[in-house]
Amino acid sequence: MIRRTVDDISTGSDSDYSNSWISWFLSSKGNEYFCEVEEDYILDRFNLTGLNADVQHYTQALDLITDNLDDDIQDEFRGTLDVQARLLYGLIHARWIVTARGLAKMLEKYKRGDFGRCPRVLCQQQPLLPVGLTDVPYEKSVKLYCGRCEDIYSPKSSRHGSIDGAYFGTSFPHLLFLVYPGLIPPKSGPVEFAPLTRGADAESSRRSRKVREEEPPADLGNEGVSTASVALKADRYRPRIFGFQVNELAKLMRWQEAVRDRQVARLELLEEHGLM
Amino acid sequence: MSRKAQMEAIEQPEYVEEEVVSGEGDEVMEDIDAQEEGYSSSTPTSTLTWISWFCSLPGHEYFCEVAEDFIEDDFNLTGLNTMIPFWKEAMEMVLDVEADEDAAKIPDVSIVEASAELLYGLVHQRYILTRAGLQAMVDKYEAGTFGSCPRVMCKGTNIVPCGRSDMPGIDTVKLFCPNCNDIYTPPSSRFQGVDGAFFGTTFAHLFFQSYRELAPAPFYRPHSPSSSSGSPHSSGSSPRQTSAFINPNINGGQKRAAGKVYVPKIYGFKISERAKCGPRMQWLRMRPWSPDELDEVDWRGKWIDDEDDYGEEEDDVDEDRPMEDFDPDMGEGDEDEDEEEEEEDQQPPSSQKGKRVMHSASAPSLRPALPDATSASPRPSAPLQPPQEDLRYASRDQGYGSGSKVRVVRQWAPRGTTAQA
Repeated sequence: MIRRTVDDISTGSDSDYSNSWISWFLSSKGNEYFCEVEEDYILDRFNLTGLNADVQHYTQALDLITDNLDDDIQDEFRGTLDVQARLLYGLIHARWIVTARGLAKMLEKYKRGDFGRCPRVLCQQQPLLPVGLTDVPYEKSVKLYCGRCEDIYSPKSSRHGSIDGAYFGTSFPHLLFLVYPGLIPPKSGPVEFAPLTRGADAESSRRSRKVREEEPPADLGNEGVSTASVALKADRYRPRIFGFQVNELAKLMRWQEAVRDRQVARLELLEEHGLM
Repeated sequence: MSRKAQMEAIEQPEYVEEEVVSGEGDEVMEDIDAQEEGYSSSTPTSTLTWISWFCSLPGHEYFCEVAEDFIEDDFNLTGLNTMIPFWKEAMEMVLDVEADEDAAKIPDVSIVEASAELLYGLVHQRYILTRAGLQAMVDKYEAGTFGSCPRVMCKGTNIVPCGRSDMPGIDTVKLFCPNCNDIYTPPSSRFQGVDGAFFGTTFAHLFFQSYRELAPAPFYRPHSPSSSSGSPHSSGSSPRQTSAFINPNINGGQKRAAGKVYVPKIYGFKISERAKCGPRMQWLRMRPWSPDELDEVDWRGKWIDDEDDYGEEEDDVDEDRPMEDFDPDMGEGDEDEDEEEEEEDQQPPSSQKGKRVMHSASAPSLRPALPDATSASPRPSAPLQPPQEDLRYASRDQGYGSGSKVRVVRQWAPRGTTAQA
């Protein structure tokens, strides 16, 4: 892989877009979760504040990502540099995907199911979103967040299981649903995206400009819908032995449902008084 | 229809068998059958029995080998013969018995192959509920053959195969996690061809009833005083801690649960439940701190001492007090009870005032010293009827075990530490 990079750089520093380090990185196996960070974003030094402390050979790594690296670098150094460039790209990526444009890009990937589907049977193939458990690199690998059961799962494939969670950050999926409340998945029924891919590209790039001005995306419909009592619609699995519930589990489930009902009641009350 | 021709068809496969075995990798047996006419595995080349051959096929890793005595005992097969076509031939194939000369002939052995698979699967469903079958499965369980829970907070708890139906042909096999009590799709697509009925709906739960030391307890306390000295996160599944862990319910799960619940945060701040995208599903994974708290909910799913907890004026008459010692097992009978409640709910609320917000103690996620929001937020003076109605309907649709909606309304509370995102 390193060889590849080297080749790309030696031949392609001034060639067209498709030979850039970023597109090579995105197309290599195991990097399916990443989206493209726009070059403007990387070139704006402000967005990179503080990253030089985390990344060794910061300047060269940045040059490598932006395809500005000099050719006269020794081969063994390229190896370490490549690692650092990935780290740098990952950390920039974590910042980028919580911007309006980054969110819109990840949204497209989400709708395509690029991050996989929830393994929980009753989530009915709900698409997942990547999430980190910490924002510090080299601590925890990436996990997948399901907006339906609101829980996190390990990626199925070890290729993805070894990606650093800090490259996605702890906030991303939650911010996505905060910005696009219409996309909060229903708690029951099959998965559907009302206006799927059709026209999504044009739509989302246009939309992305506006998101900042707290303009709710026009095509995402139901942001007026209350989510206070959605939990009541959620399906759950009930263990049974020859058709009978299992004592201790049934007790636990009743307790959990009582906790749920209490929250629902609390939220409905809040909602009724316009506090939500 | 010539018996001889059919007979040949049955015997023929002898030499085709190699092909089948090498043509493995395809978990959908029927596909192979359709393509490779006339193969059969019923005649093993060496000492390999049909059963061990079947269990060694890719995608069949979850099966254990059913003892032949079990299959030979007719009592164990009661009722199966009506479900399986070519019963006799399928039995012969599974048990590696040479067919009688005058046996009925079947034009295509692949049909028998399918029957044999169905037969074996349904016998397997029964076998794994026996002592020997459970033992065979516990060996596979402890070897990790079934994999581990994909849920991060279950910390790699081993899982067991589980069907959603006991009738064949309805759904494929799923995996049950004893820690989150939920079911998951197997990670590999090679299990997509395995019928869930071959494991049945009961096995997974009987398994953990039989091996209580493998079943996580229904409560969880983050900072365990007993065993974990240093690490606050010792919810572990490691055997060392298990020994120190005791569930007072001797019939309950005896393993320390991995009880942490994922808390979504934005820039380090918890998302308030008041936000539209705030947490709604944490209840699904929560556990009380102590086993006693489980008893604070009665058999209908209501908080038993609710009226003491929140001192809103609309406090219902205490209708579930007398019920509180009712057999906690009877989760099912809610239906009528709900009807009754509805009427009672119409009664004008009495005005008891209790001031404790004790119940925050039974909701782990809300626990950390939340301020009582009643004081902070404008107290509603309007009656609560409309939302109660909605609730009741909603949960009636859902249909099961959530009898409680109404009295909980009074808990008005904690939003404190969370940030309004």
